[in-house]
Amino acid sequence: MARTVVIGVGNDYRGDDGAGPAVVRLLRGLGVSAVGNGGDPAELIEAWTGAAVAVVIDAARSGDRPGTVRRHAGLRGLPERTASTHALSLADAVALGRALGRLPGELVVYTVEGEGFALGAGLSPPVLASVPRVAEAVLGECAGLRA
Amino acid sequence: MTHKTIRVGALTRVEGEGALLVRARDGRLTDLQLRIYEPPRFFEALLRGRAFTEPPDITARVCGICPVAYQMSACQALESACGVTVGGALRDLRLLLYYGEWIESHALHIYLLHAPDFLGYPSGVAMAADHRRLVERGLALKKAGNELVAAVGGRAIHPVNVKVGGFHRLPSRAELAPVAERLLQALGDALATVEWVSGFGFPDVEHDYRFLALRHPTEYAILSGDVAVSDGTTFPVADWPRHVVEEQVPHSTALHARLDGRTGYLTGPLARYALNAPLLSPLALRAAADAGLGRVCRNPFRSIVVRAVEIVHACEEALAVIDRYVPPARPAVPVAARPGVGHGASEAPRGTLYHRYRIDDGGKIAAADIVPPTAQNQARIEADLRALVAPRLDRPAAELAGLCERAIRNHDPCISCSAHFLDLRIDHG
Repeated sequence: MARTVVIGVGNDYRGDDGAGPAVVRLLRGLGVSAVGNGGDPAELIEAWTGAAVAVVIDAARSGDRPGTVRRHAGLRGLPERTASTHALSLADAVALGRALGRLPGELVVYTVEGEGFALGAGLSPPVLASVPRVAEAVLGECAGLRA
Repeated sequence: MTHKTIRVGALTRVEGEGALLVRARDGRLTDLQLRIYEPPRFFEALLRGRAFTEPPDITARVCGICPVAYQMSACQALESACGVTVGGALRDLRLLLYYGEWIESHALHIYLLHAPDFLGYPSGVAMAADHRRLVERGLALKKAGNELVAAVGGRAIHPVNVKVGGFHRLPSRAELAPVAERLLQALGDALATVEWVSGFGFPDVEHDYRFLALRHPTEYAILSGDVAVSDGTTFPVADWPRHVVEEQVPHSTALHARLDGRTGYLTGPLARYALNAPLLSPLALRAAADAGLGRVCRNPFRSIVVRAVEIVHACEEALAVIDRYVPPARPAVPVAARPGVGHGASEAPRGTLYHRYRIDDGGKIAAADIVPPTAQNQARIEADLRALVAPRLDRPAAELAGLCERAIRNHDPCISCSAHFLDLRIDHG
């Protein structure tokens, strides 16, 4: 069982909701194993069950300036308003995982504030600029854990 | 004029937000409008000018909730435009993929979205705290569906193995064997699910629904068939545009569908069951009888039982398909682009999904039209709500909002916010 899992949540065809998958692709290019997730909470729980650390990247719509990257550590106080294309939010998935006793040992969430979530549109310039920064931060996260 | 405005967890979710406006005068309901802010139809604009092979993948990704339905309706529409029919083992594999989607979608809706309504929980998460084993069973069922989709479709969320004409790669019998083992376990869980949900307390409500669903001569239609209506009308999918007309309504960006001049028909599990129940698998038929569903079910709250019965059917049929599967010689039938129009329809978990494409001389998409089940059901959901709200206008708004949310969830609309999204506004004048 992998000790650390990296999960990018989002949908490439929904504008800035594609931030998570974009980070995942970049990390894969760097040889880091990372999985995409369309926002299905059950799949999220499946992906992080048994992991010591789960790093999740998701788009957010919190009112911050577009492109703002935030790091949330710990299993409480997660942003309620990550932009979810599915019926439950990331916070819901954590709550469900807790009720079922299926949480990772540690959870780190990176959110990227999105500008637009229109159908079919690509990433906005501020989010595009943030994607490499998040990838770097996640790399640091993984390196720190190995050290 | 006094507005009584109550917000019920309006969420910022990508696919849409719902709002319900209720207008009453002198204690009588005068107007009710459900606003489902579906994104306008960028879909079609997105597809124009693309190669005729692209719509199955693009439409599946745009609408992430039932990708297989989008792939199957799109493939069949494009194949029909090009004069190709996909049959035999390739069609069987499509059935298998589709059964996987029914299992995962229905399991999610039953266990995490709908059951909490009957057991008095505000959400599936809250229910999980008290009913851990039950929710685990729901997630196990869903996982069996995901594994089936992944085995045939290449991966669970947005299957990548589907193409016009068939598949990129065929699974071997050995690859399907572990999936079959899992499905057998899922079949047991599905039967237990029917028993569980049929014991819920259901509001005593019946509506005189006009049902629409695909009908196939030998199958409980999922992948293909003619279009059947409960008033006796039947027509081939290619005649869809002559029978179903969509119109813009002022209060919503979604379109309302009119069937032979009248709005307010219903598609989805209740319609499929009413029109096709005798073609359910043997165990599903038996489970339906034990659950007391009767020949036709007109109580929308009992749609949860029909969904559970459909999971039984999907598991049992998927097992039969895996048993008879022999990989065909080629993973796909060759399809050459041909200018013309093609129609395709299949039964998405929430109802009939129709696609039409026009291919130009260069093999590119010249026009596309997609009619999703939620657009078809919207007018009927409003009618359900009117019947529910009219005699209860004196109730506290919060109670009314809760009831309305339940009534909407009965139909599993494909808006992400069908969980808890309702922004109810009551205008008592």
